[in-house]
Amino acid sequence: MGWFKRTKKNISDKSQKRNIPDGQWVKCVDCDEIMHKKQFELNLWVCVKCGSHFRIGSDEYLSFLLDKNSFSEMDRKLISADPLDFTDTQKYSDRIKSSIKKTKLNDAVKTGTGKINGKKIAIAVMDFKFIGGSMGSVVGEKIARAADKAYKDKIPLIIISSSGGARMMEGAFSLMQMAKTSSRLARLADAGIPYISVLTDPTTGGITASYAMLGDVNIAEPNALIGFAGPRVIKETIGRDLPAGFQKSEFLVEKGFIDFIVNRKDLKNKISLLLEYLT
Amino acid sequence: MAEVILDFERPIRDLENKIEEMRKYEDNLGLKKEIENLEKKVNQLKENIYENLTRWQRVQLARHPERPYTLDYVYMMTEDFIEFHGDRNYADDKAIVGGFAKIDGQKVMIIGHQKGRDTKSNIYRNFGMPNPEGYRKALRLMKLAAKFDVPVITLIDTPGAFPGIEAEERGQAEAIARNLLEMSRLKVPIIVVIIGEGASGGALGIGVGDRILMLENTWYSVISPESCSSILWRTWEYKEQAAEALKLTAKDLLEQGIIDRIVPEPLGGAHKNHQKMADILKNTLLEELVLFRKIKPEKLIEQRINKFGKMGFYKE
Repeated sequence: MGWFKRTKKNISDKSQKRNIPDGQWVKCVDCDEIMHKKQFELNLWVCVKCGSHFRIGSDEYLSFLLDKNSFSEMDRKLISADPLDFTDTQKYSDRIKSSIKKTKLNDAVKTGTGKINGKKIAIAVMDFKFIGGSMGSVVGEKIARAADKAYKDKIPLIIISSSGGARMMEGAFSLMQMAKTSSRLARLADAGIPYISVLTDPTTGGITASYAMLGDVNIAEPNALIGFAGPRVIKETIGRDLPAGFQKSEFLVEKGFIDFIVNRKDLKNKISLLLEYLT
Repeated sequence: MAEVILDFERPIRDLENKIEEMRKYEDNLGLKKEIENLEKKVNQLKENIYENLTRWQRVQLARHPERPYTLDYVYMMTEDFIEFHGDRNYADDKAIVGGFAKIDGQKVMIIGHQKGRDTKSNIYRNFGMPNPEGYRKALRLMKLAAKFDVPVITLIDTPGAFPGIEAEERGQAEAIARNLLEMSRLKVPIIVVIIGEGASGGALGIGVGDRILMLENTWYSVISPESCSSILWRTWEYKEQAAEALKLTAKDLLEQGIIDRIVPEPLGGAHKNHQKMADILKNTLLEELVLFRKIKPEKLIEQRINKFGKMGFYKE
């Protein structure tokens, strides 16, 4: 037995590496396949060999889901205003500023309208890279307004989730966004307007416990982490290891909370077909 | 059970003990005047201490093991309580209780988290941490109330929804999400009262309503100060700072426009006088119930959705 053998896993796990790397060559986290960036992009950021789905953001989803040039963004200028004057190891207002600069996004969701195979829809796509895709006032308000747009124009709503949950730095305001968004979906449901929820890696906490689980149809990408409590918290609470595949898309289908899993390359056509049935 | 005294309660308790001691010799030694003086001092000290509690100290009060819990309130405030069990799908969750009751003769559906008093009852109640069937039972009872046009009162006191393997398997997230949606369109008035801890989604899961009240020494936020500290500071040591940063007291939430009203507690906290606390809450609830006589369901729902729609803070 080696004296210096690492028995504990590093804190940074595969989850971090699932983000799209910079540079011309990409190595798959799961099977070590080396791909050229262009090849990887053409395959919609999915490993050409093993099919592992990398984590992507709103621009990427909108680029292959919507008909060309059909996207019209809404509420782009909504920016977090730090309601609690929150400071932990750094000021929340600084965190927001640096995240905006780093990601070139204003917050963790992009909303608007667009067309899928000619059919008009309202759409919201979350960005995990903006403070873990967390939902504060801005995300909540933008999702609510996207639902309102769908309600007013009588067009289907599609939300693509990717988030660690509610944003701590806005305290109770963040929590209330769960009620805000869910109540707007209630209005949509009462009006008979379809809502499709797409869950991607990862969707946890307050997002799963609000709009992500409330679709008329809930769809997930393969092998995405989906749950209420994070795996680390559960492990600490119960004091034993979690079963393999726990809280993955396939597990949620098995347990009855996801309708089906869809590969990224089939997502557009699957949604398009669903809309035929739902409208 | 041994009396639990929080560290900031200690000076008060010491003085009170001294007074009690002196009372024994009051007649012999003519200590009447001195005792009166000390009593005045205790009251001043109490007011001083309880007005200037830090946020973390309020969190401690909210968790005080002698505070009244849901069933205490039910038995002290209402008559003819009939408890209902089970979600009709999987099981009866002991961490959420509910049933019909009468407040001053008025029919209500009362639902709340239930903690235990000692180790045994806490294990039975899962420390007030519901599983999905708890939220589904709550929703079943709310729909029952709506069907027979009975207003709903929910009492919130939970350290959070239970983070366990089975809870995930049975859809903790879906159960809470479903409640948020269904509660926002329930056809009868819902009055929500935070009576202890309001921890995140586990609290909000029975917390969507027309009026949101908090008892004076309670907290309500998106995360507990301890978990917030462990995520943002990567250690549990910063819970006091986290409590300050989260601005999670009743006063904070009233200022943030998230709650509608603070319910005062007896001096020293709800645990000092259960009956008095229950009387205050009962009278408050009677006042609140009056607000919703004769309101049409459509209007009620519209108002409720708009109420939550206004919550948020951003630049545009």
